[in-house]
Amino acid sequence: MESQPPQERSEQPTKEVPHVLVMKPPPLLTLFEDKFISTKFQLLKAWESTLPLDQFLTAYAGSVRAVLCSGASPITPHIIQLLPSLQLVVTASAGTNHIDLNECRRLGIAVTNAAGVFSDDAADAAVGLLIDVLRKISAAHRFVRHRLWPATGDYPLGSKLGGKRVGIVGLGSIGSAVAKRLEAFGCTVLYNSRKPKPWAPYPFYSNVHELAVDSDALVVCCGLTAETRHMINRQVMVALGKQGIIVNVARGAIIDEKQMVECLVHGEIGGAGLDVFENEPNVPKELLELDNVVLSPHRAVFTPEGFMAACDQVVANLEAFFEHKPLLSPLIDE
Amino acid sequence: MESIGVLMACPMNPYLEQELHKRFTLHRFWKVPDKSTFLTTHCNSIRAVVGNASAGADAQLIEALPKLEIVASFSVGLDKIDLAKCKEKGIRVTNTPDVLTEDVADLAIGLMLAVLRKLCESDRYVRSGKWKKGNYMLTTKFTGKRVGIIGLGRIGMAIAKRAEAFSCPISYHSRTEKTETKYKYYPSVVELAANCDILVVACSLTEETRHIVNRKVIDALGAKGVLINIGRGPHVDEPELVSALVERRIGGAGLDVFEHEPEVPEELFGLDNVVLLPHVGSGTVETRKAMADLVLGNLEAHFLNKPLLTPVV
Repeated sequence: MESQPPQERSEQPTKEVPHVLVMKPPPLLTLFEDKFISTKFQLLKAWESTLPLDQFLTAYAGSVRAVLCSGASPITPHIIQLLPSLQLVVTASAGTNHIDLNECRRLGIAVTNAAGVFSDDAADAAVGLLIDVLRKISAAHRFVRHRLWPATGDYPLGSKLGGKRVGIVGLGSIGSAVAKRLEAFGCTVLYNSRKPKPWAPYPFYSNVHELAVDSDALVVCCGLTAETRHMINRQVMVALGKQGIIVNVARGAIIDEKQMVECLVHGEIGGAGLDVFENEPNVPKELLELDNVVLSPHRAVFTPEGFMAACDQVVANLEAFFEHKPLLSPLIDE
Repeated sequence: MESIGVLMACPMNPYLEQELHKRFTLHRFWKVPDKSTFLTTHCNSIRAVVGNASAGADAQLIEALPKLEIVASFSVGLDKIDLAKCKEKGIRVTNTPDVLTEDVADLAIGLMLAVLRKLCESDRYVRSGKWKKGNYMLTTKFTGKRVGIIGLGRIGMAIAKRAEAFSCPISYHSRTEKTETKYKYYPSVVELAANCDILVVACSLTEETRHIVNRKVIDALGAKGVLINIGRGPHVDEPELVSALVERRIGGAGLDVFEHEPEVPEELFGLDNVVLLPHVGSGTVETRKAMADLVLGNLEAHFLNKPLLTPVV
């Protein structure tokens, strides 16, 4: 039976420095732990304990006011209940689908995420995947690497990016970063969002089906919620058309993956660039056989530069909280 | 015009081939078993040559065709045409500028993203089943990287415009400074390479620009630098580039062109920081049709004594 929280065995706990609970380490913490050293807080590392999580929280997390989480450690009503002093949830990710936002709102628990700092990398990955699919970059690279160029001659032609109508699903910080980039390639940008954005100079579509009818490609940049789960289904994909391309850098479950695989296999859409899947790291085996699909292992935001900026933002939010200053990136209900 | 002989240097586009066959007497040079006999037999009927980036009209061919009036290239690059000889003999030369500018620029950016974000390698990682065993590594951020462009012509400017949307600071080297642009000019390629993260070759291939990316430039670009070539293979000293990549003295490369296409140095196949493409810069359905129409339009204009659409000589 333990008498002290795990990391305090070798040092005297500083009573004044408040704890930030971490149930499982987010990739950010694993890769850049030294950036999380602060005089304003210390980490309470639940995963280092042999106690089951519930028992650990009951024993040690009663006075914890802040938690650092990620997809691997969701903030459910059950967890919230075990943290009676919780006032702040900080996620080291852009996505917030692993946090019960309604429950947090109800209890006045603030939430911050890292959408802003990851937007550039996510947008770069989305545009990279779109160009790759249209111009067959990964497929042609395979062709050259397999020594097929001398024997086979010219590679099949791709499709021009300029002039394409690209529908952005979700015009938040990532979606608007994608839009800005695509404009420079001569694409016509369209979008669907819960509500029209007054600052956006692009045509607004109130539902994703109508967006698909008018688009040559869809780039999914929205959050995963009950409303957006399987929002992109067969009907939307058929509307997009046989030459249509889907790029997803958001969450796998926004697309009905089974229906997407069928559409790709039967040529009902033209191709896809996918960074996320419904059941990662599992990828439907049919996709592994297709040349018109580019696959990425959920790395859209995984650059050292992006991660270091995210670390800075997470630490800055936590320090601001403990100093009773305004949070840097609170989640605003859009 | 069916009696006008047109010599097509190599296969390049089925639509263009069909149309040339319809409108002229088309000779497919690559199907001729004995080229010198063929030329002797047909030299008085061939009045046009259609070439591309692989094969054009060198001095030898021009001399063998005394009735040659026009060389229409299915490319914007003119390095396979002996321009001086054409000028000397009053032979007109046309190419396909503007219609392919966007596609080539798009591909340059696509290569930058593919190399820095390791898109091809991570696609391979997923397809091989490795993702189930562990996560892929971090890759390098593209936004904000300094892009240095060799040659600020149509294609160079189009690359600059796109890179700016990713907040990339732009610098360049060209024969003369372009004072009308706001980009930073470097008087030498070595200085340009030393001051950028991604170096792109976007100039035309001439005697002066052959091996413009040499050992010194590669050294200046450095271990974190990335080279993108959407120009011509001979712009780069290929053996030097290969050893720099193998020895990790340079950070990576995205190459659409090679010194001896379709041969690609074997050593490059094993590297994970290299993307290799089979000369597809203008390779879209839309652009190749536009290029073909430009070739046909130029030939028609010439034989109808109208002004050429895109003359070079």
